[in-house]
Amino acid sequence: MRIGVLSLQGGFVEHISMLKALHVDSFEIRNPSHLDKEMDGLILPGGESTVIGRLLNETSLLDPLETLIKGGLPVFGTCAGMILLANSIENSSSTYLPSIGVTVRRNAYGRQLGSFHTEGNFSGIGVVPMTFIRAPYIVCMDEEVRTLAMVGGNIIAAESHNILVTSFHPELTADLRVHKYFLRKVQKQLSLSCPGQQNYPLG
Amino acid sequence: MDVTSPDQAKIAEDSGACAVMALERIPADIRAAGGVSRMSDPQMVRSIQNAVSIPVMAKVRIGHFVEAQILQAMHIDFIDESEVLSPADDSLHINKTTYNVPFVCGAKDLGEALRRISEGASMIRTKGEPGTGDIIQAVRHIRLIDKQIREITGMRDDEIFNAAKNLQVSYDLLYEAHKTGRLSVVNFAAGGVATPADAALMMQLGAEGVFVGSGIFKSGDPEKRARAIVKAVTNYNDPDILYELSSGLGEAMVGINEQEIQLLMAERGK
Repeated sequence: MRIGVLSLQGGFVEHISMLKALHVDSFEIRNPSHLDKEMDGLILPGGESTVIGRLLNETSLLDPLETLIKGGLPVFGTCAGMILLANSIENSSSTYLPSIGVTVRRNAYGRQLGSFHTEGNFSGIGVVPMTFIRAPYIVCMDEEVRTLAMVGGNIIAAESHNILVTSFHPELTADLRVHKYFLRKVQKQLSLSCPGQQNYPLG
Repeated sequence: MDVTSPDQAKIAEDSGACAVMALERIPADIRAAGGVSRMSDPQMVRSIQNAVSIPVMAKVRIGHFVEAQILQAMHIDFIDESEVLSPADDSLHINKTTYNVPFVCGAKDLGEALRRISEGASMIRTKGEPGTGDIIQAVRHIRLIDKQIREITGMRDDEIFNAAKNLQVSYDLLYEAHKTGRLSVVNFAAGGVATPADAALMMQLGAEGVFVGSGIFKSGDPEKRARAIVKAVTNYNDPDILYELSSGLGEAMVGINEQEIQLLMAERGK
């Protein structure tokens, strides 16, 4: 199993360390030539969504990534990654890699002083630590999208088909369970596409 | 990126800056103007906060904890306790552990970096020599920090006590650096970055991001240069892309060599 981590800006190093801790191969994606490698799943890290969005365009990564995601590639977006994957962004006409039927609010908790750490229930996992940094949340979503976690009445984690999004940063905690949850999605996709593939032990 | 107006902040944001530093004067002009340099007028900082959706940072004088209280009250995203401004205290830095806003501080060696982290800094940047457009000092600082960390990493556990004494730093923080081989917080490059090649040089030397101060808005075509520097930070290891980015950028800031400067800002606050 190999996971690509979009590394244009933001917290890609932390995701790569999480994958390392789970003994999963990963590689950085900075330009289209990096997509030549075999990729079973993709992580879009936190950072500044406007910056990553602009760089996606300027590095010509947007179109090939869109094709891969439409083809069913499992994708995990945290914070800015959630904004990049949203079908709609409140008070904005731009979208980047629209692939999950949610509308998100950028900087929904305000500036840096509104950043916080808490614990919350994550569907199918239990209570996990959650770090929010100038985070977005989901303000509305289509029927096929499933809510995975809520904090203070707001939806902060959801999934639909091959897409998983969280407002918070599991990669900034020592808790590996949300990443494992994503890797199980990747595993499932792998066993669908090549049934003989050996299951990857995820602890 | 350092900006002095909402218009410049918009240019920085549109070019891909992941944060802006709101300043009344960029370091090159502070250096040229002389006199006492203080925190910017909050009204000016506010106008920049209103202009962009990316994080806004602002500088306070070293040791001036009231300027920091004011910036925290206006919900600034990060505070830079900076040697670019005139120091307010010649021995003490701000006790940054008492603030909720994260601080970034300059350092030119491992001792300074760990002392700032002890005081509560959440990010470190090289001091470099602000407002010069000359990269030599930033290179010296990041190389020294890197070399000192490698020395610490190579020591036996029982040598760390004495190393902590010599560096005048907390044993616990030094022990952590000894075990992990890095600072416990993110380390940026700053002070003298003027070209995409400068930015990539600092990244290849181990910086985890780059502050560009005077280099952008003292150049011939700020927007083009800002975009190129942003892309150079992302593709710092790819000479083909750097070649393309470095071409046809117009005039770089003129700059000033280290032998020509009267005031070494990096010597402020140790």
